[in-house]
Amino acid sequence: MSTPQPPDPYAAQSPEPTPLPPVPPSPAGNESLADGEWHRLHPLTPLFKGGLVLIIVAGIVLNSFRDRLIYWAVNLFAPPGELEDDAVDYAAADPVDWILANNLILVALLVVLGVLIVLIAAFWLVWRFQEFRISDDHVEVRKGIIFRSQRRAPLDRVQGVNLTRPFPARLIGMAKLEVVGAGTDANVPLEYLSTTKAETVRADILRLASGARAAREARQHGDSPQTRMTAATVRSQLVGSMNGGVNELIGGVDLNDVAPESVVKIPTGRLVGSQLLAGVLWLGFFLVIFAVTLAFTVPAILADGDPDAGFGVLAVVLGTGIPFLIAAVAITWAQISKSLRYSIAPTSDGVRITYGLFTTVTETIPPGRIFAVEVSQSFLWRPFGWWSIKINRMSGKSVAQQQSSSAQQFNIVLPVGKSEDVERVLGLILPDMPAEDLPLVWEHGIFGPRQGDPYSVLQKRGWWRRPLSWKRHGFVVTEFGVIMRRGNVWRKLAVFPLARMQGVSAGQGPVDRVQHVAALKVHSVAGPVLGDVVGIESTVLTGAVDDISRRAAAAVSRDHSHRWAEDAEPERSA
Amino acid sequence: MLDEGTYDKLREPRGAGRIDLDGRWHQISPRYVVSQFLQNGIFLALVVIAALIVGLALDQHWIWIPAGIITVMILITLVILPRQAKAIGFMLRADDIVFRKGILWQRIIAVPYGRMQLVDITHGPLDRAFGVSQLKMVTAAATTGVQIPGLTQAAAEALRDTLIDVAETRRTGL
Repeated sequence: MSTPQPPDPYAAQSPEPTPLPPVPPSPAGNESLADGEWHRLHPLTPLFKGGLVLIIVAGIVLNSFRDRLIYWAVNLFAPPGELEDDAVDYAAADPVDWILANNLILVALLVVLGVLIVLIAAFWLVWRFQEFRISDDHVEVRKGIIFRSQRRAPLDRVQGVNLTRPFPARLIGMAKLEVVGAGTDANVPLEYLSTTKAETVRADILRLASGARAAREARQHGDSPQTRMTAATVRSQLVGSMNGGVNELIGGVDLNDVAPESVVKIPTGRLVGSQLLAGVLWLGFFLVIFAVTLAFTVPAILADGDPDAGFGVLAVVLGTGIPFLIAAVAITWAQISKSLRYSIAPTSDGVRITYGLFTTVTETIPPGRIFAVEVSQSFLWRPFGWWSIKINRMSGKSVAQQQSSSAQQFNIVLPVGKSEDVERVLGLILPDMPAEDLPLVWEHGIFGPRQGDPYSVLQKRGWWRRPLSWKRHGFVVTEFGVIMRRGNVWRKLAVFPLARMQGVSAGQGPVDRVQHVAALKVHSVAGPVLGDVVGIESTVLTGAVDDISRRAAAAVSRDHSHRWAEDAEPERSA
Repeated sequence: MLDEGTYDKLREPRGAGRIDLDGRWHQISPRYVVSQFLQNGIFLALVVIAALIVGLALDQHWIWIPAGIITVMILITLVILPRQAKAIGFMLRADDIVFRKGILWQRIIAVPYGRMQLVDITHGPLDRAFGVSQLKMVTAAATTGVQIPGLTQAAAEALRDTLIDVAETRRTGL
């Protein structure tokens, strides 16, 4: 909460002074947090984090008590006197028995209570020393007690804002906000905020980042639609947020402020079906490994001529087969549970993607933060007409986090969708794409090749480079971007907007030179979409490098999406 | 400034199917080759001395295998180094900088000026003695990786200042 301050007399009178004075927080506390003042996070954060640690500790303790519980349960039913011998071992080794024997239960409970208090006090201190502020140009966090750290991120470099609601936090109406920066380990996390505040902060950050002055004016007149928080009592707030959390569990989240007809959703059946098909692939992959393992081990076991060889074979079969089966099931389930209740919707500050069943994640990607887009279809999905869309974007995560599966999820924009879904999502994430490029994506691209389409393709003399897809493998350059069509078994179509292209390169090895072909690579930020095509006629390619460079310069000068709302009218709504 | 004391003829692959970009290529200083020869020579000498000590004094004959492999690799590097150095070039165009290298495996990359995030100049002690430095351009994509070795000190600084000036006027977004 912000500290109450006497109101600034100049704030209300000057509509747009430069530099803008900080807007004073009103004493009631129903104010936006983007006022350039330092704020603390949600006061329940220490309790929540302490509670999580407690749950983990309780889990460990319970785990070590398991034997004792089993012993106790068995003793209830077993005839007396049979298991007595074992009890002696416990008394010697287990501190719990020692405590019981010495009548120290009260002391033990006090110790546990003390540890709990110390833990919460420690988390409270951490909370107390962690503050954030959002000014016109920066979002800033300072934290730490002994080692102080301060992180300031410029708002016009914001690559997205993520709102994560872990299941327990959702129940009490808290959310974790993450401002995604450009770079490695460049994110600014704010954990935890109350859900309404987190949404307000997100809206404010995006509005400030958009370059619109509207945000500031709206706040000065106090008519922002997000500032509905009334000065209710803590108890009623908590009850309200609990109710909200439960309601969200049943309905969706975070879609109150978008038009319902613009939202793309995925039916659960299709999602499960598509991931099961992918799971079948994994299963097949594991079966191959399994078969290879068996082919090497079984003859070796049988060759020994042991009479018990049958058991050996069975052990190998089960020992390798079951883990593979579990792995395939686990991968499929993880994919399904993460993409459940997926939706993607346009907002004025970019595309908003929401997914997750228990832990929901809401990502907002402002315009111009998408470096590459790829529509792909595995051959198993073809009979159903399903597609998925992946993008390259800055994740701001550290290198270790980038390897994790949640980071992979970060790059998926549409887990599975029909072609009309693909069309709508493409329209959302590439709003600047001109209509005349659409046939290149659809008729010539995804469903290509067609006679006489403008794609420059892999030359026939170099077919062995892509034996299955050489007829499709190619690219085309437009004013908007480079479009690459690749793959036949896994059909892929990638779009690289020129305004976000980082460079273009050509490479040629000795064999390529003999065949008069070369490889083209369009560089974008790290991500699942790769920009390589091979085997292109070298004169065509040289021309393309020139062409791409020239058009990229033009596209960059046209593009203003890094400050996407700079010239929008002030009365733009959130 | 960029062409003082550099090679004056770009070495290109001979095949008719080569990647050919017209324009005025700037090249690097021949002193780069001398500096590299010296650095590799010192390293080679150290490897040989270490191998002799371990092999003869300590009677460990296995050392000849790794030492031999390293020696052959360094020698091959040194043989092709002058050719490679003559194939390195860069070109400043209206909207981007183009960098080329390689003869057998040829690579050309064009990076728009506005995409440059930072420009790095590095030089080791031997490089300093010969007055050459390496200029590195970093963009948001990890793969662009333009590194121009063997620029003279003055050329590297002039190029850096030019690049930063031009990038400043064209910067938008990432």
